[in-house]
Amino acid sequence: MSGENILQVTNVCKTFGGIQALLNVTFAVQRGEVFGIMGPNGSGKTTLINCITGFTKMDSGKVLYKGKEISHKPPHQIANLGVTRTFQIMRPYYSLPTYKNLVIPLFSPRARRTGGWRGGGKLGDRETVSIDILEEIGFERDSFVPYKLASALPTGYLKRLELARCLALRPDVILCDEVFSGLSMSEIASMVPLIEKLQMDGITLIMVEHRLRELFRVASRVMVLNFGQKLTEGIPEKVMQDERVREAYLGSEKASDYI
Amino acid sequence: MDILIYGIINSFSLALMAIGFTLVYGISRLPNFAHGALYVVTGFLVWSLINLLKLNYLVSILLALVIMGLVGAAIYRFVLIRVRGMATSEIIATYALGLAILEFLRWGGFKGMTYTLPVFIEGSVTIGGIPVDLQRIIVIGIGIIVISFMWLFTHFSKTGLAFRGMAQDEHAAMMLGIDSDRMAVIAMAMGSILAGLSAIALLPLGNIVVEAGYNVLILSIAVCIVGGLGSWVGAIIASFMIGFLQIITVAYIESHFQMVVALLAIIVTLILKPSGLFGRQKELEERV
Amino acid sequence: MDIQERRKERLDRGIKVRTEGIYAVSSWQEVTYLVLPRLILIVGLLLLPLLIPSLYWKRVVSIAGIYGLLALGFDFLAHFVGLVSLGGAFFIGVGGYTAAILDKSLGLSPAFTIPMAAVGGAFVCTLLLFPALPLRGVYFAIVTLMYPLALMRIIEALNIFGGTDGILGVSSFPNRWIEQYCIIFTVIFALFGLRRLVNEDIGLVFRGVKDNDQAVRASGLSITFYKAIAVFIASGLGCLGGAYLSHIYMWSGISQFALDFSVIPIAATVIGGGGTLVGPVLGCFFLVPISEWLREFGTLRIVFYSVILMAFIMFRSEGIMVYAQRKYHQFERWVKV
Repeated sequence: MSGENILQVTNVCKTFGGIQALLNVTFAVQRGEVFGIMGPNGSGKTTLINCITGFTKMDSGKVLYKGKEISHKPPHQIANLGVTRTFQIMRPYYSLPTYKNLVIPLFSPRARRTGGWRGGGKLGDRETVSIDILEEIGFERDSFVPYKLASALPTGYLKRLELARCLALRPDVILCDEVFSGLSMSEIASMVPLIEKLQMDGITLIMVEHRLRELFRVASRVMVLNFGQKLTEGIPEKVMQDERVREAYLGSEKASDYI
Repeated sequence: MDILIYGIINSFSLALMAIGFTLVYGISRLPNFAHGALYVVTGFLVWSLINLLKLNYLVSILLALVIMGLVGAAIYRFVLIRVRGMATSEIIATYALGLAILEFLRWGGFKGMTYTLPVFIEGSVTIGGIPVDLQRIIVIGIGIIVISFMWLFTHFSKTGLAFRGMAQDEHAAMMLGIDSDRMAVIAMAMGSILAGLSAIALLPLGNIVVEAGYNVLILSIAVCIVGGLGSWVGAIIASFMIGFLQIITVAYIESHFQMVVALLAIIVTLILKPSGLFGRQKELEERV
Repeated sequence: MDIQERRKERLDRGIKVRTEGIYAVSSWQEVTYLVLPRLILIVGLLLLPLLIPSLYWKRVVSIAGIYGLLALGFDFLAHFVGLVSLGGAFFIGVGGYTAAILDKSLGLSPAFTIPMAAVGGAFVCTLLLFPALPLRGVYFAIVTLMYPLALMRIIEALNIFGGTDGILGVSSFPNRWIEQYCIIFTVIFALFGLRRLVNEDIGLVFRGVKDNDQAVRASGLSITFYKAIAVFIASGLGCLGGAYLSHIYMWSGISQFALDFSVIPIAATVIGGGGTLVGPVLGCFFLVPISEWLREFGTLRIVFYSVILMAFIMFRSEGIMVYAQRKYHQFERWVKV
């Protein structure tokens, strides 16, 4: 990889009414890599994503994206710069058919500027483009699924729809908030190649994950959070050797059992 | 001195009016837009009991409060339970109910000077050189009693604690065996009784008019919003702020602005600090 | 036969294919099926002024049209953008006063003041409501409910714009026919325009804001901006109505901020069927005449439509139009289970 830092997060702090959710979290993500963020429940992973993408205002700290500060921008501007996210609790537009869900991100300034996914997206075409994206992400074009109401989709498809919404923006960075959670083994098995494909397309991925086995398959580096603080960072095998990580996860038991 | 005394009185009146609204909204998340109508209805109810049925004043008050409690419970049981959880429908249904009640009273000819309630005790005292009639002192007294009673009730009684549980997290409360509908019925009944109580305390100071219904609703919403929901301290401080602001505007600017103050307070608070003065994070998420 | 043992089976009529909005039209019969309801509506509205002889009831038709515009705005905001605005009176009042002021101070004819009042008024409304746009549900409703009351009392207290007397002597329409057809054409255009709009891509964005605003933000769109556009459209319709009203009554005053303008459109929407856009308009053409007819009973008419409103919201919250559309588009029959 190029080794250039696409996202640089420095000293992010956030408190919620006396509870320290994040304390001086600092890390950098390189262009094109898959960066994992792990940690026990309540360690501030989702808050970190919210802070980076502007959904939560951070108390202090800095986020640099391609060398430019995005710390205090509203979420839609950050998304337009190419930093998109999925939600842990899926948020499709329930009353719209699935393919129309993607018309909305395709309507954004960024998608209009970049011409949407693979050059389409000129006026009137958005529905066609959205079906292309859905096919890309694993919906079958000729089945009924893309035409169903989003409220009728099963979890696996909703997770894909979340990713599709990000892809519609032609992002540089996608922050995935637990894309594997709640999926069956076979759904996960079909999801992993998808992530790998996204990486090959040159998209930088930051993945918050509880499913460590899958995370370690795709991630080149991981960071461990505990009680809002960064414990360690490095390649997965190294991190799992770390005593503090084991302690955070399991008290004194061996962390590798967890995998 | 004028301002201080009348400010305090006005603030307690506001607190009294608003406490029922705050209670219902705080517990069951039902914006009871019929609150003002219930206030006026109590006035007419007491009046009718005294003048038409020739009952004793005290008896009519007690009877009216009991009826209000039943009315409140009935409103929940027959109207609100059907629209529970649909915010828009809740507003529209209660608003329509309030409108129907008030305009029905107006149509029924309940207007004019004839409709007044007798004061509890005639006479006035002089505080700091300003004569204040006893009824106003009583308003303060009732205000203090009601507020402290509500505080004790919500902090120490079983039902009160269940109320607070509901207010914080309805689903968790249901899981712990609190019947959310039953609590909401009780809350509505109590809210109506409190609306009635404030009417009984305040109406002897003037005529019973239908317009009061709209004003009371606006003032209650104002107190509720400025103070931040579910926060007793906030509601009381908000009543004092709005109460004094009103008196000050009346004294120094013009009496027409009295309601404008409350309206602007609502708008400005929601725009600048949507959680209200003492609201917590949860309410902020709900509002923004 | 016991009712428990059967159920209602609903079958789509053949012409409604896979998704909303895509029709496979292949015969005159099918074209008629699609066009007939729309045609009946348009022709019906256009014929209304011709069919009604008395001057008084002609006026009622105009008023119903104005309420129809308001109700369209309300339905659009509530069911396609997710903003419940209880401030119909706010839009009417701002539009009415703007038209009256333009008329009196600049001496323009209604042909200019009405469009100007619609755009200018919408601008004012959007600007005033702009800070309230991030608010949700009940809170937005409360703010919009408070605005007309506050404006009314401010005008009263400051004694501006003619104070309690209002602005008198606003010029009227050249004649009755122009007045009526102006309004009816506006209603028809607004109706079909909005229907078109909500199915365009930008309409999908609005519906996205209603369903799930966080995802819209994550999609790189500013929700405040799109809410502002929606409020602009809805308040524009309301202000247009207000401007017509000022010119019809040749007067503009604080009663334009009255509750009627907030309540009837909501009642019409609930009765007509929210989210259909046609429903609210029809609801107005149904409610307003009844309300006029009940005028001799004074405020009892407010009681009357409040009660209707409550009944509908409790027992038939889908409204008449949704019901009618279902009947039209689907066969129903009882089948044994």
